[in-house]
Parts: sequence; structure tokens; C-alpha cells
Amino acid sequence: MLETIIEARGLEKFYGEPGENVIQVIAPTDISVCAGEILAVLGPSGSGKSTLLRMLTGLSKPSAGEVLWHGKPVAVQAPNVSIVFQSFALFPWLTVLENVEAPLKARGVAEIPRRKRSLKILETVGLDGFEAAYPKELSGGMKQRVGFARALVVEPEVLFMDEPFSALDVLTAENLRTETLELWANKSIPTRAIYLVTHNIEEAVLLADRIIVLGKNPGRIRTDFQVGLPQPRDRKSAGFLQRVDYIYKVLTQPDAAPQLAPETEIAASAGAGPRGAPRVKYPMLPHARPGGISGMLEILTDRGGHDDIYHLADDLSFEIDDVLPIVEASAMLGLVRVSEGDVELTPAGHHYVDADIAERKELFGKAAMERVTLIRQIKRALESKSNHTLPDEFFHDTLDEHFSEEETIQQLETAINWGRYAGLFDYDSGSRKFYISDEEPETVTA
Amino acid sequence: MSVIPPGLSRQFSLDRSWPFILDLLVFATVLAAFYGVLTVAHYWLGQAVPATEISRSPRSLPRYAFYSLVRMAIAYLLSLVFAVTYGRIAAYNKTLQPFMVAILDILQSIPVLSFLPGVMLAMVSLFPSKQVGVELGSIILIFTGQVWNMAFSFYSSLKSMPRELSEASTIYRFGKWQRFFQLELPFGTIGLIWNSIVSVAGGWFFLMACEMFVLGKRDFRLPGLGSYLQTAAGNGDTYAMIWGLVAMIGVILLIDQLIWRPAIAWSGKFKFEQVESTQVPTSPLLHLLRNSRVLNAFREKTIEPLSERVNLYFASHKPEHPQSTTTPAWLKSLGALLAVVAIGGVGYEVFRAFGLLRGVTGGEFKGLMKGAGATFLRVNVSLLIASAWTIPAGVAIGFNPRLARIMQPVTQVAASVPATALFPVLLLAIVQLGGGLGVGSVALMLLGTQWYILFNVIAGASAIPSDMKEVANLFHFSRADRWRIVILPGIFPYLVTGLVTASGGAWNASIVAEYFHFKDSVMSTIGLGAQISAATDAGRFDTLLMATIIMATLVVCTNRLVWRPLYRLAETKYRLES
Repeated sequence: MLETIIEARGLEKFYGEPGENVIQVIAPTDISVCAGEILAVLGPSGSGKSTLLRMLTGLSKPSAGEVLWHGKPVAVQAPNVSIVFQSFALFPWLTVLENVEAPLKARGVAEIPRRKRSLKILETVGLDGFEAAYPKELSGGMKQRVGFARALVVEPEVLFMDEPFSALDVLTAENLRTETLELWANKSIPTRAIYLVTHNIEEAVLLADRIIVLGKNPGRIRTDFQVGLPQPRDRKSAGFLQRVDYIYKVLTQPDAAPQLAPETEIAASAGAGPRGAPRVKYPMLPHARPGGISGMLEILTDRGGHDDIYHLADDLSFEIDDVLPIVEASAMLGLVRVSEGDVELTPAGHHYVDADIAERKELFGKAAMERVTLIRQIKRALESKSNHTLPDEFFHDTLDEHFSEEETIQQLETAINWGRYAGLFDYDSGSRKFYISDEEPETVTA
Repeated sequence: MSVIPPGLSRQFSLDRSWPFILDLLVFATVLAAFYGVLTVAHYWLGQAVPATEISRSPRSLPRYAFYSLVRMAIAYLLSLVFAVTYGRIAAYNKTLQPFMVAILDILQSIPVLSFLPGVMLAMVSLFPSKQVGVELGSIILIFTGQVWNMAFSFYSSLKSMPRELSEASTIYRFGKWQRFFQLELPFGTIGLIWNSIVSVAGGWFFLMACEMFVLGKRDFRLPGLGSYLQTAAGNGDTYAMIWGLVAMIGVILLIDQLIWRPAIAWSGKFKFEQVESTQVPTSPLLHLLRNSRVLNAFREKTIEPLSERVNLYFASHKPEHPQSTTTPAWLKSLGALLAVVAIGGVGYEVFRAFGLLRGVTGGEFKGLMKGAGATFLRVNVSLLIASAWTIPAGVAIGFNPRLARIMQPVTQVAASVPATALFPVLLLAIVQLGGGLGVGSVALMLLGTQWYILFNVIAGASAIPSDMKEVANLFHFSRADRWRIVILPGIFPYLVTGLVTASGGAWNASIVAEYFHFKDSVMSTIGLGAQISAATDAGRFDTLLMATIIMATLVVCTNRLVWRPLYRLAETKYRLES
């Protein structure tokens, strides 16, 4: 193995004080970045991939564990890193040249060498002639080139990229990926390692020497493997497809689909949480809309009732962040079965597809009441109140113990969506109250 | 810059004749500024003359206008520095943040006149024999009317900064200096400029109150436009008043054209947007300034190398390990000590203030409460009247692009011309008509506040998407349905913003609207504003303090209980998402 640049041991991130209700974002994780490799970190949303990146770069402090750069803690040195951001994070009020010069200015590089280095790097990324332009005059791809130039001008030892291509259109992204790879292969950039965060499986297999797949709730490493394919890679080759398929399998394997039997799952996973933070896992609602679920089930029916998730996503040109929640939600409701990266309609799923709109709502409601803890809790709580009305804070507080603030809000939003579709309960966003629909709350405006 | 796109060269040659004339202008301006500084210095360092005889001759107007401008400019610069500093501390210091925001909230609700005695007495005793004391007092008064919303604007800009932008500055090791000038200040600029415009307009509103007032037995009269107008109005001198008005409107229009327009056009580059917007505000003056050879050379030869040097200095002297810089223990204990001293000081002052409040008799307190009720009523009546005409008018203008095109310049002039300039005229009219201030003051409040509502309604109405209007047409909505379903919900967020600003303005305006010196006598009506003014005049600090507390409480409570929930409703239910 080559020289290790970054070594993280027992890296953890959680909110809240230990001993109380700890919300674990990232379970204890060991991770290393070696010289000469492109490491892709892949994971669904909520797996903490951005948090991990921020801890490794020293932007954010880990709750436990340590990050070592060449054996020294990141906190006592300023490692030479750069980040290419998803949103580009360019300063709109500075010209392209000024944007690229800014990091050098921060390091006290005098005007003349600073300008020389910046112009050279702009030429390298293909931006010569754009020095005086402002970022808003550029297209998305050009903006990200500025982002690259700004990152590379300080000659970082490790170049971190946080979903650098996901804000770009398909063609531009592909073009930039190829060019990045070229710069790296030709050694036109002095960077010794690249750390790429992505949620695009093909992108990871296309670019990376090594891939880490993260799981969520809490974020942890599911698999860490060498890609072992020669560059340039062919998307249609058997080796490529085999690796893509493998990642899909990892992402959809049993522990990512505990929704099949929520009750037993709670019992099974109690106490089996990450070390140091024993807690009961609350089943998490995947953020899928009922319409999306119906749509996927219909497509599955058209394909004979089962398909490979990868094909499904590819044909819909969905990324895993889009398709996984739909698959998980369908599995949670017992409408599909997931195994080894394949989805298959269950009898209940067939029944659902054949039903008309009103029946579908009813089936959905029944399945949700039987299998989805949060939906059931909301419905029962509302039923037990004489006026069938409860403020959202009530549920907010329950969820708070299990999820981050942001996730809690999303959980409730999804629950509202499902509850409304199934006609189980409704929500008034003005008074922020849940209620059961046949009894309108007093404050209903036209 | 080494690269100039070929298309630009033609434009450059066309502009060539302009910069020469402009350079001459720049020289002239510099010379004038130099002379101006000398004059002001001579006057400030001269003997203290707290109560100048205000001449009503139009010939003294340029001098008065100049003095007022200098006061406003200094007060504004002070406000800017304070706002930026305060906003920055409040945004970054987690411990102080809630206190500092609450303090802003309260200070914002205290009318200018309530600061008057403290500020004036402190300044005059600081510089007992020099004019600078009185002048500084007046400047600080203007400052207190301008600064709070600017500070709040900068604070909220910093709080709403995109995370990745801030992370980029950290990962690229920006020092404090670079972070401030390349990230924080640019990001806050647009908000600061718009708030500056509002603040300075507010400054003109209270100029009369800030330049000429009675404090107990002491009479303060500073040479300036405000004093001129007040003297003219107080003497019923219509001729002088028209001259004063013309001068004031002229100055305000000039500032609008020479400062705010170019500033708005310039601030376009600080817009945080991904794509260039199609409608870009322009300013010919800004264009000329950018092409002035003298100014460009000045920038290249002095400002740029200087900022380069400063930057290099900071870049090479900042701590090597940004994360390891923990506050040293002695600094922490010093901070704690300061906090204890500050809390003790505040506690003592509060105790003293309560002591002072004991001077207010029960009867007086009852009077104050009655006044508060009267002013409360007046404020709300003025809001109602203002809404009654501005909502239909604003919607009509906002819905009709042709009307909007015609009305735009008119409303813009009306916006920059302070309604306050018309204040004395209206006052005289009221006096002549024989109506008392009780009703008249509502009209005076209206003058100052209705514009906020009008402009917001226009903005809201023109922001209603046309497909919503088309739906209304398609289904033949009745006029009432159209208002209930489309228009009112559509303008609601804007209306709330307008009403909040107007309500604050109306409370503040009450101190000049309910009480007025007229021909050696005082016109006033029952009201909290009048009571504050009268207490200042009489030097009754206890009543002044009590009245201020009542007003601040009322304003803060209204904000919390009425406006904030409405705001929240506007932000959630009535937001038009694209």
C-alpha cells in the first residue's frame, strides 16, 4: 500500500450530550486516504458523506475520534487542502481572476507571482480569456472550472470534491469528469490524492480507484473496495456493470430495508446500535411521494413484475437518491420485495396496481397503518383526542429524540403527505395542527 | 488587465472625450471638499454658540444646507461603522447574540427625542466651550434615528450567508481582513444600501427635531435646513418656507441622483445570483466615474497598493493554525470581569432610573397612559386611512404596466422627497383651517408613513403571477372574489412589510406631529408623542423616561404580538413560490 496521507480513527459525529438522547449522525468510522488514489465516497442522502468530508478537512470538529494528517492531528496544523463545492461557492462580486487569486492572497503571495500562478492555472482548466468575467456571466460548467482553478491554484495535497458535478447538466458533467481525469492522469496538477463525494454510482465507478459506500441512520462504512479496472473505463463493459451492480446490492441489502417488519426490527436492533451510544432505532420514513410509488409500481408491472434497481434507475435517468427512497417506501408498505439489488412486486403490490384511484388510497392507508410506525402513531394519537386535533409540536418532540432537527421536519412532511393521500389525517399549515379530516379545525380560510 | 475583449475597444474610444471634462469636475470637487472641511473645522472649533439666530433670508440657505449635509453625512458614516461592527459581533458571538438582537429591537422602538437630553448634556459637558459639543450632540441624535435598522440588516445578511461560501473562505485560509472585505461586506452591501436609503430618509424626517430644540431652560438652535424650516414655519413665513422646501427637496433629489442611484447600480455586482438578471439598474454618473482617468489612476496608484500591503501584512501575521487559536485564559477572565462590571453598571443605572421614575406622580402616570391610548389610536387610524387609499391605488398601479410606467418616476420622486418637507406646509394649513392638532396630527403621521405601504403594495401587486390573474378571468371571478382569492393573499406579505414599517414610522412621527412650536407658543394635543416633546422642553427627565418606557413597551409588544405572527403567516401560507 502507498503512503497514507490522512488517517481517521474512530471518527464520530453526534448531537446532544452523551448519556442523553444522542442523535448519531456518523457511527465510529475508520477511514484513510492514500497518496496516488482517487477515493470516491458514495452514499444515499443522510449517510453523512458531507459531514465526513468536513471533518477530514478540519472544517468541522468530530464529536469523537481524531483525524491525522501525516500522523499529526488536523487541529494543530493547517493541512494543504482544497474543496470543490457542489454550489461552486464562487464570490459573485469578484472576477474569475480575483476568485482564483483569493486563496493565494490569503497566503500572502505577492501580486506578481500570484497573478502568474493564477493565469497559468486558468489556462490549465481551459479558462484563458475569461479572466475579467464575473461568475454570473459564465455557464454552470465554466463556473465549476473556476471552482477547480481556485482549488488547484494552491497546489493542494488532497483535493476534496463535494458532489462537484451534480449541479451540472448531463453533458457538461461528463465533459468535466473526463477532463478532470485527464489532468490527474497526465499529472498536470500536483495534487497527490482526490477525495470525491458523490451520490452517482456510475460517476464513482468511472473515476475512482477505490470506493467507499456509506450506509445511513447512522452513517457508517458499508463497504470499501478497490475498483481495479484500467482507465479509461467503458460503461458498457462487463467489469464496469458488475461493480455498479455490486454497489446497488450493497445499498439495498437487508439492513437498509428494515421496513418489512417494523416491530421485530425495533426489537432486533435495540442495543445493537453503534458502540458508546446505545439507543432504540426508530423506523425512518423514506422520503417518497405516494405518486412516485404508484408510478414505480406501474413501471414494474410493465416489465413483468420485477427488475434490477440499476436498470430501473438508469431508464428513468434517476440517481440513487431519487430511486432508493421510492423503493424503500414500497418495500416498507409491503408492495415490493427487495433482494440482491432486484425489486419484485408482491401480491399486495399487484393488487395495488390493479386497483382504481379510490381503492388505491384505501390499500395505501391500510398498509401504512399496519406497517408504518409514525403514521400509526399520528392516527392513534389523533383518535384518542376528543377534538381529533394535535399540534405538530407533539410529534415533533417524539421524533426529536431520534432524528436531527432537519430530519424531523422531513419525517413529518412525508408523514403528512402519506396521511393526506390515504385520507388518514390532514394538516393545517396555518395553525400547524394535525387533525382528522371529517372535522375541520376552526381556523380554515377559504 | 491583460485581456480586453475586442468588442470593448470601440466603446472606449467613444468615451474618450468625456473623461477629460470629468477629470476637471473631479478636481473641482476635491477643491470644494477641501474648502468645505476648512469651513466646518473653523466653525466647529469656534466658540460655542448653542442658539444661533436663524436667518430667514434665502441667501443663507446654501450655507444652512451645507451644514445640515455635513451633519447628516457624519451621522451616516458613524451609523455605517457602528452597524457593521455591531452586526458582525451579534452574528458571530453566540453568547451575546440574543442580547444584542433584543437590544436592537428595543432601541429601534425608542423615539429620537428620548435620546436627546442624555446625548446633548453629555456632549455639551464634554466640550463646554467649543461648538463641536453641540454639533456632536445633534449628529448623535441623527445617528440614533438611522443606525438600528442598518445594524439589523447587516446582522441578518451575515446570518443568511450560504454555508459553502463561508466554508470556502475557511478552507482557503482567509484571514479576518480578507474575509471581511471579500465575503462579509460584499454580501451585506445590498441590504446595507437599501436600509441606508430608508435611514437617511428618516434622518431628513427628524432633521428639524435634531437641529432645533429646547431642553429645560436651554435653547439649542444649530444653523441648518431643519432649523430654517422650523423657524420659518414657527413664524408663519410662507415665503421663507417655500424657499426652504425648495432647498431641501433639491438637496434630497441631488443626493438621490448623485449617491443612491449610482450606489444601487454599483451594488448590482454584489447580487448573490447564479445568472445575470435582465433588468439592471443603470446610472450615467457611475459610468462616468468608472471612466475617469484621474480616479482610476488614483485607485491604481494609492488604494490598490495600499490594500495590497495591508493584506500582505495580515496574511503573514495571522496565526498559522486557525483551529488551535483558543482564547487565552487571561482574556477570558478579562471578558468575564468586563461582563460583571457591565452588568453591575447596568443594574446600578436601572436602579437610578427607577429612582428617577419615582418623581412621576400617579396623576402624571395616568395622563401618560391616556396619552399612550390617544397616540395608539391615532397611529392605527393613520394606518387604516393609509391602507384604505394605498391598497386600491397600489394594486391599480401594479396591475397596469402602462400606468406603472407613467407612475414610476412620479412615485420615485415622491419617495425621495420627504413627506416631512411638506410637514410645515400642512401644519400651517391645519392651523389656518382651525382644525386642532388632535386630528391634524393624524394627517401629519399619514404624510410620513403612507408611502411605505404604497410602495410595498405596488411591488406586491406586480409580483402576482399573470397566470393567477388569468385563472381569475377564465372563471369569471366576481370583483369581490378577485380581491379575496387573488389580490389580497397575493399582496399580503408585502402589505405586512409596509404596515410594519409604517407603524414604526407613525409612532416615531408622533413626537413631531403632536407638538409644535408656533409663533412663540406651543401647539399640542393629548398624546404620548406630545408628552415626550413637552417633557424634553421642560427638562422633566422623569416624565420623559416614563413616557419613553411606555412607548417602547407598546411598540415592542405590538411587534411581538401582532406583526411577527402576521409575518410568519406571510412567510408560510402566503408566499408565492416560483
